Amino acid sequence: MTLALVLGVLLAVACVLLVSYPFLADPEARRDRLEEPGELERRQIELLERRDRALAALKELEFDHRSGKISDQDYRELVGPLRREAAEALRALEPRAESQPSRVRTPTK
Amino acid sequence: MAELGRAALVICFALSTYALAAGAYAAFRRRRRLAHSARNALVAAFAAAAVASLVLVVALLRDDFSFTYVADHSSRRLPLLYTLSAFWGGQEGSLLLWLLILTAYSSAVVAVNRRSAPDLVAWVVPILGGIATFFAFMLVAVSSPFATEATRADGLGLNPSLQNPYMLAHPPLLYLGYVGLSVPFAFGMGALLARRTDERWIVATRRWTLAAWTFLGIGQLLGAHWAYVEVGWGGYFAWDPVENAALMPWLAATAFLHSVMVQEKKGMMKIWNILLVVLAFCLSLFGTFLTRSGILSSIHSFTESPLGGWFLGFIVIVTLGSLALIYTRLPLLRARTKLESLLSREASFLYNNLLLVAFCLTILWGVLYPILSELVRGESSAVRGPYYNFFLRSFGLPLLLLMGIGPLLAWRRTSTRALVRASAWPAAIALLLGVALLAAGAGSSVPGLIAYSFSAFVIASIVVEFVRGTRARRAVAGEPWPTAFSSLVARNRRRYGGYVVHAAIVLLAIGVAGSSAYDTTHEAKLRRGQSMELAGYTLTYRRLVERQGPNDRELRAIVDVSRGGTADGTLSAGKNQYPVEQQTSNEVAIRSNWLTGEDLYLIAQQINADGSVIFKAELLPLVNLIWLAGFVFVAGSLIALWPDARESRRLADRYGRSTVAVRA
Repeated sequence: MTLALVLGVLLAVACVLLVSYPFLADPEARRDRLEEPGELERRQIELLERRDRALAALKELEFDHRSGKISDQDYRELVGPLRREAAEALRALEPRAESQPSRVRTPTK
Repeated sequence: MAELGRAALVICFALSTYALAAGAYAAFRRRRRLAHSARNALVAAFAAAAVASLVLVVALLRDDFSFTYVADHSSRRLPLLYTLSAFWGGQEGSLLLWLLILTAYSSAVVAVNRRSAPDLVAWVVPILGGIATFFAFMLVAVSSPFATEATRADGLGLNPSLQNPYMLAHPPLLYLGYVGLSVPFAFGMGALLARRTDERWIVATRRWTLAAWTFLGIGQLLGAHWAYVEVGWGGYFAWDPVENAALMPWLAATAFLHSVMVQEKKGMMKIWNILLVVLAFCLSLFGTFLTRSGILSSIHSFTESPLGGWFLGFIVIVTLGSLALIYTRLPLLRARTKLESLLSREASFLYNNLLLVAFCLTILWGVLYPILSELVRGESSAVRGPYYNFFLRSFGLPLLLLMGIGPLLAWRRTSTRALVRASAWPAAIALLLGVALLAAGAGSSVPGLIAYSFSAFVIASIVVEFVRGTRARRAVAGEPWPTAFSSLVARNRRRYGGYVVHAAIVLLAIGVAGSSAYDTTHEAKLRRGQSMELAGYTLTYRRLVERQGPNDRELRAIVDVSRGGTADGTLSAGKNQYPVEQQTSNEVAIRSNWLTGEDLYLIAQQINADGSVIFKAELLPLVNLIWLAGFVFVAGSLIALWPDARESRRLADRYGRSTVAVRA
């Protein structure tokens, strides 16, 4: 009983320490705001997904065409819109002169 | 030490509740330190669950019968390994295993994703904490494995059916699968709560879902093999409600693994995917409910228990809560692209999803019907094999065909001419095999014949895909065939790993069709020296042998096997009597022919006092392909799961290092 009690108390203390660690390690946090993507970054992720999707689709289309799964006519019809889609995403992602090098975040309160 | 176990569970409950409450508050109010604290609480909950589990293991190993659980599920004469498996042999222990695996998954998944998706993880923590809170509460307040009593001289022992090596692996693997489905559920719900409509949650859970699905699949296959060698009725799957309970989430997860690719490739089916994730998780809870509540009597349902109401309430809350959340986020989930053609890869995934979900819901109806009919009419009407077999054929055969057609279709659109050209070889091979089998007499079962022909079509189309892919790769990179082949697989592990898994499903289909549509059975009562015939085999009953096992008395009927007058070995089938458990188990004899894949299966159904035995003998063609399918399934899953450094870099670039500004 005594050993069980001691072990139980030790377990409880260890758990409390682990749970309170973020507050113990940083007791007077200047910035206690959870990072989350701002509107701009969300839009950027969306564009990156669009870009990757279009590039992967182009790659797959080339491969399927080469391996005979796609006819020449289908290839010609599909490749144009995919290239346009990839180009649009890439263009939208091009760095602008005023762009900031750091991640875009929601302003800290 | 029961006090330590109880204390550990109370601590686990408190930590899980904290992860739920503090995590939800932190995610809502965007509090960084509180969110980290809630995340740490999940890790600490795992430590507490591990301590509780350790206490139970030690009690089992020490034969500490002051623990009611140990006294009810173990005995002094129980062999060591089965003493360990008694951990999940009873209700309370298996719930503790659920909690242990859940908290382990939770700790691991939040640790892995804490830096790359902190806003998402902030919402995932309270969801996982909520699930853990429910299970910890069950163990603390409703069904504790640490209840004590006056020490008994010996325990009641373990159910003899569970005293089988497969039971060491089957339940933990099933649980790894069931519980693993909480990860995509938590991330899917987390993404909705965080209003993230990108694919971050899918990327974060892709491998976890695949791993859980693999565990669930292998767990079921091991369960089927256990039923085959241990239960002794001559089959491997009986559409038992608890077997169905494991199959349903697996089917839903299979549908999700396919449809999620459509979301990744085309940004479509977002609502459908989130619904599938909810369905798979709720079905995994439902499976646990069926096993624990005793609502349906089967060998798996341990006992009547007070858990049923709690579980049902939890399932209802989870289902309604998830659906309400999806409803409120519908505007965010609308797809911007449309299906371009009904003859495309994404369309084939849509068809496969409809078939898989329809099959899943048909099984669910079969499981629920007896309960509902008892509620409404006061008498239970069991839904038996023919109902399920009908739908297995109705949905399974088109699914099999789709597995062959799908890989031949391109994304976006495929012309009919291109499809006809691509499928020419597979179709010709399937047709030739079908005709040959018909000539050989396989027409006795039309579904069996169709299953074989479709299987040949699928295998041929997979081979064609590998050959064409390797050839194309070789043409581009100028690599020799073996290098081109390995780089083809390495560059698209999910696709080619998936094809290997398809090959495993084909092996499974061939095994099931062979052993169920073309089996031969014969029953006879034999006295010593008498024989029975079975498909060219002669089985001659020689004598009865009795021996003492570690915790049982084993009775075996020795049967000589001959074929065409030539001796072909001996089989020994019989029964084990367990005096402590006061139960008897069937011990079947199986002689496998690994060359043909067939099994000669012998059951001593009844051993009479005068030494005569009623035998049931079965010849099951190709049944061993089912077990072979398990190895191929694991190989395919491992290929798909294997980390891909190129892809990791691409994803890191997409989600972790997006530094450029966006042109509006």
